[in-house]
Amino acid sequence: MSGLLALPIALPIGAAAVSIVVGRWRAAQRVIGVVTLVALVADAAVLLARADSDGAVVGQAGGWEAPFGITLVADRLSAVLLLASLATLLAVLVYAIGQGGVERNHVGFHPVYLTLTAGVSAAFLTGDLFNMFVSFEVMLTSSYVLLTLGGRRDQVRTGMTYVVISLVASVLFLTALGLIYSSAGTVNLADLATRFTQLPVGERQALALLVLVVFGIKAAVFPLFFWLPDSYPTAPTAVTAVFAGLLTKVGVYAIIRTQTVLLPPGDRPQVLLLSVAAATMLIGVLGAIAQNDIKRILSFHIVSQIGYMVMGLGFFTVAGLGGAVFFVVHQIITKTTLFLAGGLVEHRTGTGNLDRLGGLVRTAPAAAVLFLVPALSLAGIPPFSGFIGKFALIDAGLDDGWWGVVAVSLLASLLTLFSMTKIWAGAFWGEAEPVGPGHRLPGLMVGATAALTALGLAVAIFAGPLYALSERAADDMLQGTVYVQAVLGR
Amino acid sequence: MTIVLAAAAAALFGCGTFLLLQRQLTRVLVGLALLSHGANLVIILAAGGRGAPTFVGGDEDRALLDPLPQAFVLTAIVITFGVTSFLLALAYRSWLLTGDDEVQDDVEDRLIVTRWSVSEELIDAEEAALAAHAEDVARREMDEEAHR
Repeated sequence: MSGLLALPIALPIGAAAVSIVVGRWRAAQRVIGVVTLVALVADAAVLLARADSDGAVVGQAGGWEAPFGITLVADRLSAVLLLASLATLLAVLVYAIGQGGVERNHVGFHPVYLTLTAGVSAAFLTGDLFNMFVSFEVMLTSSYVLLTLGGRRDQVRTGMTYVVISLVASVLFLTALGLIYSSAGTVNLADLATRFTQLPVGERQALALLVLVVFGIKAAVFPLFFWLPDSYPTAPTAVTAVFAGLLTKVGVYAIIRTQTVLLPPGDRPQVLLLSVAAATMLIGVLGAIAQNDIKRILSFHIVSQIGYMVMGLGFFTVAGLGGAVFFVVHQIITKTTLFLAGGLVEHRTGTGNLDRLGGLVRTAPAAAVLFLVPALSLAGIPPFSGFIGKFALIDAGLDDGWWGVVAVSLLASLLTLFSMTKIWAGAFWGEAEPVGPGHRLPGLMVGATAALTALGLAVAIFAGPLYALSERAADDMLQGTVYVQAVLGR
Repeated sequence: MTIVLAAAAAALFGCGTFLLLQRQLTRVLVGLALLSHGANLVIILAAGGRGAPTFVGGDEDRALLDPLPQAFVLTAIVITFGVTSFLLALAYRSWLLTGDDEVQDDVEDRLIVTRWSVSEELIDAEEAALAAHAEDVARREMDEEAHR
């Protein structure tokens, strides 16, 4: 049982080591990467099936009982996010192999990509706050390397901002850990859930707020998002796609987990979260409208969409949190697909600047279709998955009478559509612009993007079962006792 | 003693924040190091009061010191060490490329800021510079690929 849990962390780290050893042979590195990720996707699927049918899968490292040992937990929430993330990581790896080029062929690319996988998996599976810190560090350190692997001037410039901001967040996280340990005497999440109820209200809320700031930086919520649109676009497409799809969502997962576990009902920062969500949605999308480069526009949309997830959490109802979980799954897949499709355009033409693009619907019809589907999904047009996610969130908000934030979310959705049509009109319609010497699109790149697009469509087609699963996950989270019982056995 | 340590942590956080707001990456780096030391002190403080025995000698009057925070701090130090050396390498790379390690402005951001307040010629000049830079980057990438 616990072998299944350890696999998503241990296997990629082991594979990364082997990948360094065979660094001379790029083909061997590629095979190792793809095989590892295929195995992990299967593993995550089994974990999800078990967590959904028999309740959370819990493993205690070395047989040390919680709260003393290191606990790994796969409940419905972690398992479904883990599966979506690993499937996305696999598709992007195939895309990167297809694209080739200096940075993807760097000897360090495959090992670091695998440690990134280990960090993401560990963040979803860990059952205590300190290991969450460690897994965040594994994930972030890998992302620093991937972001600056080319060593170009703009990468170094934005890499600095990104690393410094992430480090500040990590220092704050450490401080929060020290304070939490001082007041509660444990860092095991399940144990914290029971001990936090005995703390004075003010102390409890202050600590939860500090944790919220830390993960707010990682998840890029307003007003802590400023680093993201600056640093993401400079990385190579495959790397940006993974960052966009996964890293901020891991932050959102951490916010959902900590805010539901640490604070008992009635004590949760509902108004704060909803205000932050509204500001994040609106400012993110307004930032996107001002931009004129595909990757930069999409980077601002990451911020905007984070707002929807925080909004779903902010309702603190089964419907709202269920909608948020569904929305995170939809975003992981759709956002990555959009970046991959944007990358196809850049690869074909050599630029992502809308002023210098045009007529791609005729010169690169495959890229056009693969961009259109996730773009419409992102804007929330039926029948795509984005529509279902937003509908669930807005429905949940109206049930509780949060008119203001719902209105803002509808406005942000409309502006998202505007911004997507701007890319569409600028890059795909109009006169074909003379472009620099581009490349033909390799089949693997198109294939990987198409596979992710199909996965996004599958989310819409199987929205019924998936939403029901999200609601069950949300129910577990809000009750709180389910998680505690699974881990502590009482 | 706890007060002294708490004051030391506060001082480290203060100095670290000041240095973090500087423009040179090396200063930022020292600032981050100070900040992480401060955070480590906060964790150490969670272990318990002064003079408690570490391994042996605990009885009803004197509880043993909690060893877990020490383990936390050890892990945190290793992680900070690794990331700091990465940042140092980045600062060196920046120095190689630009001649200093100042954190640069973003060209596109500056473009948006100046769009409302500056004459059209300046915007045209900035846009030309930006396009030239993009072409330069693209050409270098092509060269590198051709080189391979």
